Amino acid sequence: MAEKKAVLTGVHFMSGDIACAEGAIAAGCRFFAGYPITPATEIAEHIAARMPKVGGIYIQMEDEIASIAAVIGASYAGLKAMTATSGPGFSLMQENIGLAVMTEAPCVIVDVMRGGPSTGQPTLPGQQDVMQAKWGSHGDYEIIALSPSSVQEMFDLTVEAFNLAEMYRVPTLLMADEVVAHMWEKVVIPPAEEIKIVNRKKPNAPPGNYAPFMPDDDLVPPMACFGEGYRFHATGLTHDEHGYPRTQDSDVQMRLVKRLCDKIRKNADKIVRVEEVMIDDAEVVVVAYGIVARAALSAVKKAREQGIKAGLVRLITLWPFPEKHVARAAEKTKAIIVPEMNCGQMVREVERAAKTTPAYHLPKLGEEPHTPLEILEAIRRHS
Amino acid sequence: MQSEEWKFTAKDIAEKPDLFMSGHRACAGCAPAAVMRLILKATRGPTIVTMATGCMEVVSTIYPYTSWAVPWLHTAFENAAANASGIEAAIKVLRKKGRIKDEHVDVIAIAGDGGTYDIGIQALSGAVERGHDFLFVLYDNEAYMNTGIQRSGGTPLGASTTTSPAGEVIPGKLEPKKPIADIMVAHEIPYVATASPYYWRDLIIKVRKGLEVEGPAFLHVFAPCPRGWRSDPSKSIELSRLAVETCVFPLWECINGEYQLSAPSKVIAMAPQKKKPVKEYLAVQGRFRHLFTPKYEKLIDEIQRITDMRWQKLLKKCGIA
Repeated sequence: MAEKKAVLTGVHFMSGDIACAEGAIAAGCRFFAGYPITPATEIAEHIAARMPKVGGIYIQMEDEIASIAAVIGASYAGLKAMTATSGPGFSLMQENIGLAVMTEAPCVIVDVMRGGPSTGQPTLPGQQDVMQAKWGSHGDYEIIALSPSSVQEMFDLTVEAFNLAEMYRVPTLLMADEVVAHMWEKVVIPPAEEIKIVNRKKPNAPPGNYAPFMPDDDLVPPMACFGEGYRFHATGLTHDEHGYPRTQDSDVQMRLVKRLCDKIRKNADKIVRVEEVMIDDAEVVVVAYGIVARAALSAVKKAREQGIKAGLVRLITLWPFPEKHVARAAEKTKAIIVPEMNCGQMVREVERAAKTTPAYHLPKLGEEPHTPLEILEAIRRHS
Repeated sequence: MQSEEWKFTAKDIAEKPDLFMSGHRACAGCAPAAVMRLILKATRGPTIVTMATGCMEVVSTIYPYTSWAVPWLHTAFENAAANASGIEAAIKVLRKKGRIKDEHVDVIAIAGDGGTYDIGIQALSGAVERGHDFLFVLYDNEAYMNTGIQRSGGTPLGASTTTSPAGEVIPGKLEPKKPIADIMVAHEIPYVATASPYYWRDLIIKVRKGLEVEGPAFLHVFAPCPRGWRSDPSKSIELSRLAVETCVFPLWECINGEYQLSAPSKVIAMAPQKKKPVKEYLAVQGRFRHLFTPKYEKLIDEIQRITDMRWQKLLKKCGIA
């Protein structure tokens, strides 16, 4: 009975935060540990009300460090688990995000970005954490980060984030922003059977032969959870395929860290998603993500009306960076414009991928996102 | 221990200029704002305030204004006490080296219940263990009110918040309030006390004692929030009295490990018939409304039982029972 209420199939009018919470429940998330923070609080509030009705658990923790640590625990205990926060909390979570990477604990972390650094602008949108998403925890690793541009995508990409987390055993980040999170829009929630759900691979080997970190061909090891009959050792220390610490062994360190990176890098083509609009003949291409991409699309359409051949590459996946898509768009175009709500973060990746095609950054800080006119003006300048 | 210089009469207090000034943007009936004003009435000289994220930080510093007529530093949510440690230690060194005037500077760290019970407790515990000479004031409005009423470790049993919503499945918060002041006593610091703004003189004296004592001091101040408690904004101060009269929030001090009841609670200890039932306190707050329905009414007895149990324990510690 409880499960029947889990997927609220139908057409709804809801906020991004609520859509994200519903996406998590629809994806099978039954554990949420969190801590209040603007502008992500409504995710926790909605989950707190919904989880008891679907047999799941909401725990409010004493801070964000505890939240992500509880999520890792729940993931290893066998539940799909999530937490949601904003910049300051995301900073506190970083060490444990590294632990989730190292122990390959599938989980979803939502960062509803606001203006930073520090307490910054709690009620205004930002895109200032996108590099932190990639590099925030110490050590070398690859991670998956998605960027929703609409309330519908807050639902859809939360489901996808769980699928990717389960498929690659990696913490997956949903890098939303205050506008997408607080905006109310139409959301279509499909019937449960039409929502694609991926669950983590379970070991085929009998308990005696199970090596918890021995990868399959896709570089992802099957995952036994606590209490499933497998005895295993999971640690944040450098460990071999059996999970045992090998902190003095350079071969093991090389093999492990390289695999943690490669399982994302070598599967990047399967992970990466972008939306390309009118780029085939474009002389100016806008590369944008999140709420800014909505204004960019409008600007590109207006530019076309005015006879300027403009196009848009919308990054749905931020990490791994959609390098090939940006490179392909750059080959045919004269200039790339990268509007971002920061002082220049993803533009560096765009520059790297675009090679000789110039990429112009269009920063905006401290208020509402870019207007279509501001982006249109930049398109005109560089066309 | 009470200051010679100050008797804290109403006249003294009225004559002392406010260091927490009007013009802040607190809600109507906000007890925490009244508490801030009372705290700063107790200062004795140069004073620095450091404050964790929370309602009082937000409402008192709306650009381009500030309510604070003292040096004031906003910290991250989790570390008001660690921040105070740095301020106190640096001033000690600067004085020793003759870089600043050799006079005492009081350091006050202020945080709400979230910044004390939950995210702030690690920094608080560390700071008092190291023995920094500062006063930590907890203004306890019993939930994360700044982000919109989420439960905290200070939220009482049965209170409905947005993350412990009373409904079909749960009767509001399932856990009782963490005994934070007793946890601070367990740190064996020289001064721990509780206060409530209805008893304003008691509150001011306790702030002053906390400042005058050498070493760390902790003051737990009860601070009703009409928005979060769904109570009448004109009743906040009355609620801060009722909480004491029902023994939901007794007033006491613990000086060098010796517990003693403060006058308003001592009156009740001496004449137990004056102790009011918790029902009276719960009934005037919307956050407990569901407890007055048949489904959850048994919880009122449980709240009474826990209140009585904690009160008896306190009486024992004070050598009364």
